[in-house]
Amino acid sequence: MLLKRVYEGTIDYLQVLDENGTVDATLFPKDLDDSKIVEMYKWMSYARSLDAKTLSLQRQGRAVTYAPLIGEEATQIGSAMAMRPADLFVPNFRQHGVFLVRGFPLELFFIYWRGFEEGGKMPEGFDGFEVIVPVATQIPHAAGIAFAQKYNKKDAAVLGYVGDGGTSEGDFYEGLNFAGVMKLPLVTIIENNQWAISVPRKNQTAAETLAQKGFSAGVNSVQVDGNDVIAVYKAVSEAIANAKNGPTLIECVTYRMSMHTTADDPTKYRTSDEVEFWAKKDPILRVRRYLNAKNLWNDDLEKKMEEEHLKAIDDAVAKAEEFKPDPKVIFEHIYSYMPPTLKEEYDEAVKNEFWQGNL
Amino acid sequence: MVGAINNALDLAMQADKNVILLGEDIGKDGGVFRVTDGLQAKFGEGRVMDTPLAESGIIGASIGMALAGLRPVPEIQFAGFMFLSFGQLINHAARYRSRSRSTFKVPMVVRTPVSGGVRTLEHHSDSPEAYYSHIGGLIVVEPSTPYDAKGLMLKALKMEDPVMFLEPTKLYRLFKQEIPDEAYEVEIGKANLVKEGEDLSIITYGTMVNVVQSVVEKKKLNADILDLRTINPLDEEAILKSVKKTGKVIIVHEASLSFGPGAEIAARIAEKAIFELDAPIMRVASDSFPYPFPGYENYYIPNELKISRAIDKLLSQ
Repeated sequence: MLLKRVYEGTIDYLQVLDENGTVDATLFPKDLDDSKIVEMYKWMSYARSLDAKTLSLQRQGRAVTYAPLIGEEATQIGSAMAMRPADLFVPNFRQHGVFLVRGFPLELFFIYWRGFEEGGKMPEGFDGFEVIVPVATQIPHAAGIAFAQKYNKKDAAVLGYVGDGGTSEGDFYEGLNFAGVMKLPLVTIIENNQWAISVPRKNQTAAETLAQKGFSAGVNSVQVDGNDVIAVYKAVSEAIANAKNGPTLIECVTYRMSMHTTADDPTKYRTSDEVEFWAKKDPILRVRRYLNAKNLWNDDLEKKMEEEHLKAIDDAVAKAEEFKPDPKVIFEHIYSYMPPTLKEEYDEAVKNEFWQGNL
Repeated sequence: MVGAINNALDLAMQADKNVILLGEDIGKDGGVFRVTDGLQAKFGEGRVMDTPLAESGIIGASIGMALAGLRPVPEIQFAGFMFLSFGQLINHAARYRSRSRSTFKVPMVVRTPVSGGVRTLEHHSDSPEAYYSHIGGLIVVEPSTPYDAKGLMLKALKMEDPVMFLEPTKLYRLFKQEIPDEAYEVEIGKANLVKEGEDLSIITYGTMVNVVQSVVEKKKLNADILDLRTINPLDEEAILKSVKKTGKVIIVHEASLSFGPGAEIAARIAEKAIFELDAPIMRVASDSFPYPFPGYENYYIPNELKISRAIDKLLSQ
């Protein structure tokens, strides 16, 4: 009889900045300094303001169903700031903070969330791909995009975002496995916000961590405090630096402070105690504590920053609301050309002014 | 309609312990549209299960449960997400009976919300009935009223076949209807002649039934309105009977035009009743491309005016 252990794996958990705003100096990334931490703080605050505004527009009927990001700012901002200019990202439907940091025009953001495809018309050279709604289906795309970078000998990594629920989908594993076997420059970021609508993380998988799912694909995996922007930045930066050697899976442990989308009511399926527990781990609050302790921030700066953000957001909303849809366009982007059969339907619709008006 | 389906599931679960429900958020949350609200509290977590987020797994496991003698009712949260389980439906649910020469059967009822008109995000408004009808082996049902929803569900739960039970999202709460408290069945494969008339036949189902009814009322038309209720297998007998009577036919559905259910219906009418028609067969449907973002949906889904003008054209011939 032969009995030998053929595999053993461990998952490390990384935290650099704790809830009290205290930093572990031994883990502090060498390429970060305090000005960069201030920048992280500003982006996170900006993302939260953007989120609050979009939610309020939705409540007024000025935006469609929306997936709030509140609570997940550190995961999004830390990872987006770790990207180098050539790197690319593939989101799901909640990475508004990543879009923000990567310079996506807010006007387009609001056009998108008003329910028009024109909000998905990317500016030339933008380093992100489209919002993807069917859960985890974007991860194989991310693997393919990573393949193209490697094929073209580009020193570029691809960040693919997925939620905790998404790790249960076949596409998550298939994309990860593809990247593992081909050693692709893919950094898969699990934004583990603990809830897939009403289903808690513990009912999603019997695995102790989501990071360990990387083992099954032979992909380096790590778990980080997803409410610690420095830890996220560090883990993602290292994964990007190593991307030429192969993929990494990073589980960011965070919390969805609000609803899944504006279409559900979290009080129906989770306790306020749990929400309060996580509120104490707030990703922005701890950076504020760090900055306060170092005298790098104060209420005046906060007020000035907020005013700037709100003005930029309001200006973008105003521009987005000026957008007037032209129904003809819904026919014009189906194929690279207009087939005669579709042209017939198009002509009929235009002739009838899209049947607007009452019978 | 939400209440009617909930009631049907409740009655079926009381009557048959093999009926079990599974899906994403159907338990504690009662489903994103509350169709299964209260059923987990009543029947327990062992019979009303919140599954991991995995559509192919939900359908594949349901097939396994059905093969092993249970009667699963999987819910796929939105029709657009059901394509992740397309392989299981087409490769297995549709074929298991045939490949085993009926040794095995897959008695399950796959529930999913379909069609649009309620300003939802991408993939939340698809009308996928043609895909599932095309393969053969899957029964495809789509109610347009609470009464039909309950009766068709109770009938589906007695069938020894996989049934795709498509629930129009827009009709979940659009209107109320008094329905019997007790169990009753609506036959599968039989269309419902909603209104009788002599001048033309309007064949429709799902979200378009009440839109067509409104057009007929406003225009005071003397029309047959045939609500298919079952897309596959088609009630060809009812279709031909109506068409032969009126000699004019228009087919109305929300699913997109090209290769849609209307094409199949039109072909059957052409094959079997063309000489009894006095005008070309007409179709009114959404245009031939994927459902657009919600900001454009009112330019996409057929509305009363579009149906009305098509009827005018038909009647002028």
